[in-house]
Amino acid sequence: MTTPTAVLFEQVSRHFDQVKAVDGVNLSIQEGEFFAMLGPSGSGKTTCLRLIAGFEQPSAGHIEIFGERVEGVPPYRRQVNTVFQDYALFPHLNILDNVAYGLMIRGMDKKARHQAAENALALVELKGFSRRKPAQLSGGQRQRVALARALVNQPKVLLLDEPLGALDLKLREQMQEELKALQKQLGITFVFVTHDQGEALSMADRIAVFNQGKIIQVDTPQALYRHPNSPFVANFVGSSNVLSPIFMQSLGLPVRWASLRPEDIQVVQTGGYSATLLSRSYMGSANRVQLILNDQPLQALVPHHIPLPADHSSVQIAWQPSNLHLMESA
Amino acid sequence: MNTLVTPHTYSRLARLSDYLWHHPKQVLIAMLVLPVLWLGVVYLGSLATLLIQSFFSIDEFSGLIKHEWTLKTYQELFVPANLDIILRTVLMAALVTIASAILAFPIAYYATRYAKGVWKALFYIGIMLPLWSSYLVKIYAWKLILAREGILNWLFTSLHLDGLLNVYLALPVVGGSSLSVSYTGTFLVFVYVWLPFMILPLQAALERVPSSLLEASADLGASAWQTFRHVLLPLALPGLIAGSIFTFSLTLGDYIIPQIIGSSRLFIGQAVYMQQGTAGNIPLAAAFSVVPIVIMGIYLWLAKRAGAFNAL
Repeated sequence: MTTPTAVLFEQVSRHFDQVKAVDGVNLSIQEGEFFAMLGPSGSGKTTCLRLIAGFEQPSAGHIEIFGERVEGVPPYRRQVNTVFQDYALFPHLNILDNVAYGLMIRGMDKKARHQAAENALALVELKGFSRRKPAQLSGGQRQRVALARALVNQPKVLLLDEPLGALDLKLREQMQEELKALQKQLGITFVFVTHDQGEALSMADRIAVFNQGKIIQVDTPQALYRHPNSPFVANFVGSSNVLSPIFMQSLGLPVRWASLRPEDIQVVQTGGYSATLLSRSYMGSANRVQLILNDQPLQALVPHHIPLPADHSSVQIAWQPSNLHLMESA
Repeated sequence: MNTLVTPHTYSRLARLSDYLWHHPKQVLIAMLVLPVLWLGVVYLGSLATLLIQSFFSIDEFSGLIKHEWTLKTYQELFVPANLDIILRTVLMAALVTIASAILAFPIAYYATRYAKGVWKALFYIGIMLPLWSSYLVKIYAWKLILAREGILNWLFTSLHLDGLLNVYLALPVVGGSSLSVSYTGTFLVFVYVWLPFMILPLQAALERVPSSLLEASADLGASAWQTFRHVLLPLALPGLIAGSIFTFSLTLGDYIIPQIIGSSRLFIGQAVYMQQGTAGNIPLAAAFSVVPIVIMGIYLWLAKRAGAFNAL
């Protein structure tokens, strides 16, 4: 039995006057999936999220949530909840009433909804904060409240709009782990918007890479990293050396665009291509090395224990043929 | 030799600014002396004098003020004729405030959420423009609009709706021989004149509500009405209260509008004007003036108890 489709986009476009924020997107998100929408700012990923939430309506195409067409369905009639980028906690309500808001709207009595809100706060490890106001909480705590406020409604799809963007690095890494564990535990479909490729790679089951209102590639993190279908994906997801057809020809390789990850370039004693080492920067576990080979600049990540020659001298480099990924086009 | 510190220029001005930089407290005192004197002596001082006057009384035979502490003047406020004036004024102020709030909300909401660029500028000009012209000119203009020979009557007649207007004018209390001599006229002009004082603070409060809060409310299942009731209204309440302080207290104290437009029945402002002028009863005028202060105090206390300032 196949898992049902949670969210389906068919040729969806959203135009703001002349700007095509979302342009003919096809997308299918499975139930229980942790799905990331990755792309630079203005690539249409947030608009796609807002289309699912119902804050935007498609200019063309159609959207289904669990098999139901949702064009023209207002946000408050969708079994979808959102964790906002700025958390959007109600400043005049305390934490407990913030979390219980959705249940209060649904008409649940005070005792039951406060009990449910307490449970949701326990789920995000915020027991004992019920009486405080949002202004009295730290950024990380507010983020958890926003999460609890969405989850307490038992949504079929949880939308997260760059929820970790405002947190510092340590907290962000910790929340990444917690979000992932929470998603596994609850089994709810998570749709996560981010511009941070590291975040998408570490958390998501599948990633859609957006650029200029279109989806460039949808794949698992491993496939996206190992087999980018275009220079854009190769560069946006991790860093990559995008090799031009002319360069490929100069090495006697297929005359196509190709991607080569910096960590896949090895420094060898003999038998490699003879490149010139331009500069290096020390990264701790590795050296980031700038090379030039047949006029093509290359970047390599060389483990710290591999000895390197002086700058501006010759160095032998090689790679496994399987690590060189041919791509469709530039 | 290079030095980190720029060399002293020993001009007087430079020495003064050095001195002030080293003595921030003196700067603060220098800045506050005038406003504190103004507020403390001229403003609060005259208010205190007023309060004191209200505890004196007038000698009915000589018409002179008796400088003895008494509550007699306050008792006079509760004479049916005076109590009528107070109740009439408070009721009018309350109705004007409620009407202003209802009118102001959609205007302020539109200006906050939808008006951009030129439209926002037009909004501000539209709200402020009536405040730039003379208060008396506006009121007399309204007298012409509302008069029996006025444009409003003409409009109703040309639309063959004069029957409707006459039915309304025949109603007790709100009616009269024409709109310009009815309570309805007084009410309309009060609302017109004080409306900007409601719109501006309300708009400032709405401006501070991020649109993501309204989206979050909809996201959590709330219809537009529920979002208004549970999110927008509580967050706009400080602005509404600030606006209502203006409309309420300005209506309580005004004596010109009811003088020019409305029935001949008195409002508090007119009573004060008459008592301190023609009647020469300064203590009673002072006691009347205390009434709006007490009412505003009670109003703010009630608003605070109702949690109107929780969102601040």
